[in-house]
Amino acid sequence: MKHYVIIGGSIAGMNCIEGIRSVDPDGPITLISAEPDSNYCRPLISYYLEGKTDRERMRYRAPDFFAANGCEVRSGVRAEKLLPDKKQVQLSDGGVVDYDALCVATGSSPFVPRFEGLETVDETKRFFFTQLTDALSLEQAVDSTTRVLVIGAGFIGLKCAEGLTGRVAEITVCDLADRAMSSILDADSAPILERRLRANGLNLLLGDSAVRFDGCTALMKSGKTLEFDILVLAIGTRPNTALLAEAGAAVGRGVQINDRMETSLPDVWAAGDCVESVDVTTGEAGLLAILPNASLQGRCAGVNMAGGEAVFDKGIRMNSIGFYGMHIMTAGNYFTGEDGGAAYADITETRCKKLFTRDGYLTGFILVDDISHAGIYTALIRERTPLEQIDFDAVKKQPSLLPFGKTYCAQKLGGVV
Amino acid sequence: MKRVYVNEKWCLGCHLCEYNCAFANSGERDMVKALKGRTIYPRVHIEEDDQISYAVSCRHCTDPLCVKGCIAGALSVKDGTVCIDHNKCVGCFTCILLCPYGAVSPGPDGLALKCELCLENACGAPACAAGCPNQAIVYEER
Repeated sequence: MKHYVIIGGSIAGMNCIEGIRSVDPDGPITLISAEPDSNYCRPLISYYLEGKTDRERMRYRAPDFFAANGCEVRSGVRAEKLLPDKKQVQLSDGGVVDYDALCVATGSSPFVPRFEGLETVDETKRFFFTQLTDALSLEQAVDSTTRVLVIGAGFIGLKCAEGLTGRVAEITVCDLADRAMSSILDADSAPILERRLRANGLNLLLGDSAVRFDGCTALMKSGKTLEFDILVLAIGTRPNTALLAEAGAAVGRGVQINDRMETSLPDVWAAGDCVESVDVTTGEAGLLAILPNASLQGRCAGVNMAGGEAVFDKGIRMNSIGFYGMHIMTAGNYFTGEDGGAAYADITETRCKKLFTRDGYLTGFILVDDISHAGIYTALIRERTPLEQIDFDAVKKQPSLLPFGKTYCAQKLGGVV
Repeated sequence: MKRVYVNEKWCLGCHLCEYNCAFANSGERDMVKALKGRTIYPRVHIEEDDQISYAVSCRHCTDPLCVKGCIAGALSVKDGTVCIDHNKCVGCFTCILLCPYGAVSPGPDGLALKCELCLENACGAPACAAGCPNQAIVYEER
C-alpha cells in the first residue's frame, strides 16, 4: 500500500485527502500541520470577529473528517526538511516520516516589509490576520476603547477592519496605493467601495502609509502622526516555498508545477497558495492564491498521487468579496487599450460593471453591486469561449444563457452536466 | 439520479415554477399568505426573449464548481444533490461567481440560495416540475 504524506492541513491539504480517497480507499495518509486544528475556513476569520459564524460552524469539513478518511494528523508540527532521495520528511519534533507520494500544501505567510522601529511596537499589540489564532488573539486584545491601525487596504486589511467594526473605538486603514483593493479594483470601481467604507466609519488613508514606528505612534509618509493601541499588518502574503526550494525543486515566485500538480521532484506534488499556476487569460504562470484554486488543485494532486488521472489547467484570478453589504466580484485580467484590450463599462455612483475583452475573448470583469448570474461571465473567461459564438452584446447587459443559443441551452438544461 | 430537466419548446413562460418554488420553500401552508405582497426568492428563474423561454435552476453538476469554491464548506454533494448548509454560509457569494448557469442567487437573509430539489422541504420532490402546466419542467433520470 502507498503511504501518502501531506504537508499543510488547510483547503488544499483537505481536498488532497478527498482526492486520494476518491481513488484509493485504503492507503494510509499522514497529515503534517503546523496549526493545532486546521479543519476550518481561513477566509472566515473576519466573519468570526463580526459574529457571523463561530468556531464550530466555520469548520471546513465535519469534525471527524481526518479520522473518517483514515488520516493520521501530526498537528502542531512543522516539516523542517525534505529529503527527496530518501523520500523522507524531517519534522520539527525530531520525527521522520517516509512517503511514497508527498503533497506540499504549505500555503502562504504574511509579508512584512521593513518598517523602521516596528520592533518598538509591543508584540502583544502587533497582529497579522491570516489564521484563526490571529483572530482569537485580536479578539482578546481589543475593547470598545481600542484605536486600531491597519496597514494595507487589500483583502486581509479591509476584511479585518470590517470584522472589528462595532467592537472598537476607531479603525484607520492606510495603504500606499491611491485606492482601496488596488490589486483587483481600478480607478472607476474603487471609489464606490471607498465611499461605502467611509460611510461605515472607517478612516481610510490612501496614498499614505507608516514609515516609522515609535511604540504605539506611527509616523506616516504624509508627515502625519497616528496614535494607535493595536496594529494590524496586512500588506500581503508570500508563498511558503522554502521547504521545496531547499530540496532542489524548481521554484519561481511560487513552487513550479505542471497541470497534474507535479513538482520537478519525483513523487512530490504541490497545491494551493504555495504554487504558481498558469492563468488562462495570459498563458503565463503566476501566483493565483485564491481558495477555489487551492481546492481544485488539492483534489487534482490527490487523485494523481493515488494513480488516478486529473488535470487542473483552468486557473484564473477571481474574487467574490463583500463589505458592509456591498458585493464585489472580479475575475481575470483587465487588459487596456495599450495591451490590445477593450472595455465595456456601465458605472453609476453606487454600482459598476466593467467587462474587459481582447482578441475576441472575455478576459476579465469588475462588478460592484451588480453581481447576479456573474458566473456566466466567469465561465466565458475560464472556458475561453470565442465571443463570436454568442450574442455578446446581449450578455454584456444581462448575463443569461439566452445569448448562447438553443443548442447550448438544450444541452445544459436538458442533459447531465 | 433524478434531476430537473427542461423541455424549452413546451415552456409557456408563465413563471408558475418561480411561484411554486418560492411557496415550497416558504415553510407556509397557504400559498397566498406565503407570496402575496412579498418579494419572492425563487431558486428557479425564467429566461425569455420574444422567441423562447425556459426555466433555469441548479443543474446538480457531476463536478460542481460552486462546491469546490465555497469558502465556508457550506456547499456539499449528498447522493448527487448539491446542498447548501445555511448555518455555515456567510454570504460571500463565491458560488454565484462560479456557477456557469447563473443558478445561485442572493437570498433574503443575505445568504446564497439554490435549488435542492425540494428534498429539504415538505414537498419531497421539485415543486417547479410538479406544478408545471405543460411538462416543460420534468424531474426524471436521464
